[in-house]
Amino acid sequence: MKEKITIQEKQILVSVISSILILGFYSLYVYQKYIAGNPEILNDFKFWGRSFLFLIPVSIVVQIIIHIIFAIINKIITNEDFPSITDERDKLIELKAIRISHWIFISGFVLSMGSLTLNMQPYVMFITLIFSGFIAAIVSEIVKIYYYRKGI
Amino acid sequence: MANEMTQQELADKTGVTRQTIVAIENGKYSPTLELSFRIAHVFNLPLEEVFSFNYDEDLVLRKGTK
Repeated sequence: MKEKITIQEKQILVSVISSILILGFYSLYVYQKYIAGNPEILNDFKFWGRSFLFLIPVSIVVQIIIHIIFAIINKIITNEDFPSITDERDKLIELKAIRISHWIFISGFVLSMGSLTLNMQPYVMFITLIFSGFIAAIVSEIVKIYYYRKGI
Repeated sequence: MANEMTQQELADKTGVTRQTIVAIENGKYSPTLELSFRIAHVFNLPLEEVFSFNYDEDLVLRKGTK
């Protein structure tokens, strides 16, 4: 029998989709506003620092807004409430997902340092860092879905 | 059975989500000893009457919820 998707799995899917959309639109915005027509800025450390620092609050605020909108729509359609507690199973799954995403990010960090060692442009290091952070976040969410579905 | 409780009621009484109770019943999650005792306490039964351990099927919640 096909299993019904749980509220936790729905929340995770929303997180995955919103993470992809946020980074996609943010990258497009930064490219059009700063990089297009001025590619030299890619090697400006201040530009990367500002881009990183701006991405963090934007990402948090947009994620919160998307989750609130999703909760409202989900309540209207399914009349289903979000669990008000995070229990031991949720915490265990969260920890396992964090462990895997940690190793992915560390691998990306090592790769980014490798790019400097191989005399690549500094922007390669920054892009590798952003990309590994993004992949780590997405994989973390997919791992959570896996454990919620298959059991732990 | 008339005195059976719902998964949500058991979840509320043991401080976990309904999805966790479902996962335990389906053998997809082995609860901690603390949660196992809390579940047994709700049913007012000894632990070994609520749970069984099978080396092939792992931990299974025996006491039925509807």
